[in-house]
Amino acid sequence: MTTSTVLAAASGVSGGEEVTFWILGPLALIGAIGMVAARNAVHSALWLVLTMLCLGVFYVLQAGPFIGMVQIIVYTGAIMMLFLFVLMLVGRDSTDSLIETLRGQRVAAIVLGLGFAGLVGGALYRALQGTTAVGLEQANAEGNVQGIARLLFTKYVFAFELTSALLITAAVGAMVLAHIERRKQDKVDQPSTMRARFAPGNYPGPKPGPGVFATSSSVATPARLPDGRLSERSTPDILPVRELTAQETTLKGTDQ
Amino acid sequence: MSPIYLAQDPTLADFGRDPWWLVLGKIVFAFAFGLLATLLGVWFERRVVGYMQVRPGPNQVGPFGLLQTLADGLKMAFKEDILPKAADKVVYFFAPTISVICAVTALSVVPFGPMVSIFGHHTPLQVTDVPVAVLLLLACSSMGVYGIVLGGWASGSTYPLLGGLRSSAQMISYEVAMGLSIVAVFMTAGTMSTSGIVAAQGDGTQLTIFGQTIPAPGWYAILLLPSFIIFFIATVGETNRAPFDLPEAESELVAGFMTEYSSLKFALFMLSEYVAMVTMSAVTTTLFLGGWRAPWPITIWEGANSGWWPMLWFFGKVIALVFVFVWLRGTLPRLRYDQFMRLGWKVLLPINLVWILVLSGLRSIEDWDTRGKVIAVGVPAGILLIATIFWPSRRPQPKPTTQEQVDNRPHGSFPLPPMDLQVPPSPRITRVVAEREPANIVAGSDSREV
Repeated sequence: MTTSTVLAAASGVSGGEEVTFWILGPLALIGAIGMVAARNAVHSALWLVLTMLCLGVFYVLQAGPFIGMVQIIVYTGAIMMLFLFVLMLVGRDSTDSLIETLRGQRVAAIVLGLGFAGLVGGALYRALQGTTAVGLEQANAEGNVQGIARLLFTKYVFAFELTSALLITAAVGAMVLAHIERRKQDKVDQPSTMRARFAPGNYPGPKPGPGVFATSSSVATPARLPDGRLSERSTPDILPVRELTAQETTLKGTDQ
Repeated sequence: MSPIYLAQDPTLADFGRDPWWLVLGKIVFAFAFGLLATLLGVWFERRVVGYMQVRPGPNQVGPFGLLQTLADGLKMAFKEDILPKAADKVVYFFAPTISVICAVTALSVVPFGPMVSIFGHHTPLQVTDVPVAVLLLLACSSMGVYGIVLGGWASGSTYPLLGGLRSSAQMISYEVAMGLSIVAVFMTAGTMSTSGIVAAQGDGTQLTIFGQTIPAPGWYAILLLPSFIIFFIATVGETNRAPFDLPEAESELVAGFMTEYSSLKFALFMLSEYVAMVTMSAVTTTLFLGGWRAPWPITIWEGANSGWWPMLWFFGKVIALVFVFVWLRGTLPRLRYDQFMRLGWKVLLPINLVWILVLSGLRSIEDWDTRGKVIAVGVPAGILLIATIFWPSRRPQPKPTTQEQVDNRPHGSFPLPPMDLQVPPSPRITRVVAEREPANIVAGSDSREV
């Protein structure tokens, strides 16, 4: 038995457990409030991380080290990281606006939230008052991890498998929706690019630069091909082909 | 195994019984080990890479340049601490500390040695151990990502943000491969506590060769070779080391997530990188290389696995692994991002899953009789072999000759020179030959010489 298991297995609440609870409990609450109150989405996520870490420690305190670690690895480490990933893509300057779309919405939400918390807390307190915790020692008799493994792979194996099948279906569905399958003949590899380049009708050399052999250095002036014709390919599509008039090309009389 | 040996193995019951000063001492030792490993690790890396690139490396400050890192660290402390205008101040400040704290915390469950006696207290050389110690290591490495990601985000600049984004995707991908390769260790050892895993690697099978009993190593690096290889690759990915140092790829992202950092905050990021490297080496040693247990030739000496000696073997293994880290950096070029992701998801992950399936199959037939075992292993292996041999392969199309390709070109194609083009000798060559003085060749003794 480890220290943590011994801590919680003793009937009643031991000193270490109580101290840790009173340190981390307020921190978890602050994290929860901060998550709602923070205006920046990333700050919100970070407050939630704080709450989740505290929850993980609470699980460990209550003789469930496995679920505590899984809470930290899966929720804090992986899922919140994915959240952060998306939030960072959104951009760091996007903050919530403080304008209420529904009048009095915020006050109503606070009052209802406090009321709900009071109801749940009161009901739990009334229901659990005076009851003693039993069964922890039997559950952790052969070790916490082994106990969970035995339950997961015997009694709850069907529910466990169903849940995993559901998750895999969701993941595969998301991939099917997001995946763009390209047909084999649509994939262009390097040799076929080369063949297309030298195919009849395509000039394989580089495009002529604008203004080459031209009377002006403007990008709007088309290049002249060696035979004297103007090349449409040398100018951007949005620019009209423009040949300078004789008046424009003559000296302006400023060189005297 | 003699009972003396077994008594050296700490069990979970041995933890949590130390007086407070001993716990404090162990914590300080683990922390100092991390810091010292960084000081020496940077020097070691620069010297080894220098040797591989045929140059001396740092050799001026202290004997063999040993104090170079210390001098660099002092210099860094006196640099200006720049806070970018666009930075998110609080997060920018906390990001490096998150990295360091997570990297150092992981050292707390690494077993440095067996039970020893310190001032009359019989105690294991390990800060603490819990039934889920390996999960704690995973949690530390997954929380350490936050430092890098938040550092990149809080800098308020593009390159750090890109580095942070890369880092988060990279760590999530490689943590999956890492977690799966640890599963094989759990299945074989039957425990998640680090001291338990070290103990489980102690009793290998005994080989008798020429009347001498040689204990075959029970190292999981040998028993679970695929897991070991995948774990080590994932470790390199988790610690952001070359060739997987995409978050700080200096040729693309300046310095990635730490571009905007300077002074001590930058030093903290450097510290966390090296502590993470040493921690991961220590974890690999613990999980796969027998931890503090001595390998075979040393175990001929009876006292090899007791007292303070195992710490030496442990450090030796850790240094060897750190050398591999440096070796990889000196040898391999950085991967492209898509190659890196493909390696993680399409190579490491499927191999790992198949390997776990095979391993659990092998373990479930362990207590069958020999005939059943042969059938259970032989039939799938035979089917696999037959499938590989008779797998329908597409008949390769005969490749058209060059002449055929030229003949099949449509009308108006880009002109090609004729295939049988005889290049006439350049007139310049004849002129040069004609102008040259005739060589004065004396007939040699060898008839082949002209």
